[in-house]
Amino acid sequence: MSNNNSFLSNYFHRNGRALGSIGYFVLLMVIFLIGAPEAWIRPNLHQSVFVMMPTLIFLTIPLVFLVASGEIDLSFASTYAVAAYVFALLVKNGVDPAICLVLGIFTGAAIGALVGTLIVVFRLSSLVASLGVLFLLRGVILLLSNSRSITIMEVENHWIYPLLVGNFYGFPMQIFWAAIFVIFCYYFFNKHVFGIHIQHVGDNSVSAEQMGINVNAVKIKAFMFVGIGSAIGGIFTTMITYTFFPTQGFGYLLLALAAVFVGGTPYWGGLGTIIGAVFGVGIIAYMEIGIIAIGWSGEWRQFFNGLIILLALLGHRLHGERVR
Amino acid sequence: MENIIELDNVTKRFGGITALNKASLKVTRGEVVGLIGDNGAGKSTLIKTLVGVYSPDEGDILIRGKKVNAWNALKARESGIETVFQDRALTPQQSIVKNIFMGKELRYPFGFIKEKEQIFEANRLIREIGFTSKLINAESPVGNLSGGERQGVAIARAIYNKAELIVLDEPTNNLSLNETQKVFDFVLNVKKSNRSVLFIGHNIYHVYDISDRFVILDRGEVVHQLNKNDISTPEELMKIMRDTIGAHL
Repeated sequence: MSNNNSFLSNYFHRNGRALGSIGYFVLLMVIFLIGAPEAWIRPNLHQSVFVMMPTLIFLTIPLVFLVASGEIDLSFASTYAVAAYVFALLVKNGVDPAICLVLGIFTGAAIGALVGTLIVVFRLSSLVASLGVLFLLRGVILLLSNSRSITIMEVENHWIYPLLVGNFYGFPMQIFWAAIFVIFCYYFFNKHVFGIHIQHVGDNSVSAEQMGINVNAVKIKAFMFVGIGSAIGGIFTTMITYTFFPTQGFGYLLLALAAVFVGGTPYWGGLGTIIGAVFGVGIIAYMEIGIIAIGWSGEWRQFFNGLIILLALLGHRLHGERVR
Repeated sequence: MENIIELDNVTKRFGGITALNKASLKVTRGEVVGLIGDNGAGKSTLIKTLVGVYSPDEGDILIRGKKVNAWNALKARESGIETVFQDRALTPQQSIVKNIFMGKELRYPFGFIKEKEQIFEANRLIREIGFTSKLINAESPVGNLSGGERQGVAIARAIYNKAELIVLDEPTNNLSLNETQKVFDFVLNVKKSNRSVLFIGHNIYHVYDISDRFVILDRGEVVHQLNKNDISTPEELMKIMRDTIGAHL
């Protein structure tokens, strides 16, 4: 009996936060189903959610790694646009889109590494410093692009288009890649030295350092990963819409952050859940569309997004204080 | 006897303060060295320099007679030095198994972790160090454990890694008599297997009981070293400590 108890309590300790966000998701589904049953059984509503989800997943899941390491990054919303800009500009200038993709992702990684190094080496507040970078990079894009968008219809004829964002018998390929990304990140976070070290560092960086973990390197890599995720998200979106526009990504800033916390990753570091974050993304994405579907005006969206964040925080509290 | 580690004239400064001044110390194979000194004597700085958390500003560190460069915590652990820090160096939200293997995870190629093997070893270790509660297993979070149990996890880490030298920083602080005895048993076992221990303590009686040799530290300097054979009671050790520190003033 007692063995069983310890199994249950350990299981809850490991998975409680993810279960919480799954619970919220199910609750939300039930509310929408009751609120607008006809709209809810129509497949096109869910299709539009599934088109939105991959981008949000590429942004949110790497943020789980970073928040678990005890840091935060706001600049990802601009990194998203910088990578997309590099991609679109190079494609427009006749460079092979596959090479542009690689260079775009490399740009995201480099920005992440720079932001991380700046924050870690100079011991800056990651919240304030990345807020600065958010504006700075956005300014750079607006200046470089002269606030003009770039249309890249030509990607459609290249093999990466159907492979990455095409339709495979009606199934959007970006969902497939997002799913691969989630599986990869699940193992990376829970079963790989990188993820385990991130959890130790975010839990107690002094202990981690004493045990020989290079705390600064771990944090910089987490920032790089956020840069890579943002770049993938930005480039995918640019390919889907055939357009880079200089303000792109800004709208995802608060949504991705909300998805991290609604998804059950606490803000204090040391813990995180990939599965929870996927449902967090689901909650945020359905919120954006579901409110309209049940016939309420779009103004309610922000109200409910706010409400859900507060409920998620209360959920963290119910699951227990941070243990020290 | 082989020197496991040797500090040779090591100096460490923090800003304008010299926390360690030309300190020299060696630990040979199979001995238990007791490091004693008042609060602020520099015991903690000496230990953290020895195990690579701090890097020395001057002086050399020698491992088995060979000088090492760019000394850090990872190198210390790879050289067979394990430390049970005063604060235990645990991450309380993580499981016991993750804590035992922190920084030295059992890995497959490409950095994936041998989770099952780690859990098996951790369960074996926590039984070995005497965890009897059925509510605790390798996957329980460290945050739910008592002070003595947390100390047990930190010691289990040192046991698993079969260190040549185990550094115990104030290991009996805040422990019950029973738990203190367990720490002593552990030290004796290490010694029996011809490995070494550096034992740091406030409590002279604890240090006296367990050590073969004593090193007295005062204001960052090693002021006296003596063997247990030279004295016969802890009171005598205390008197020598008072006299040397007094003379040093």
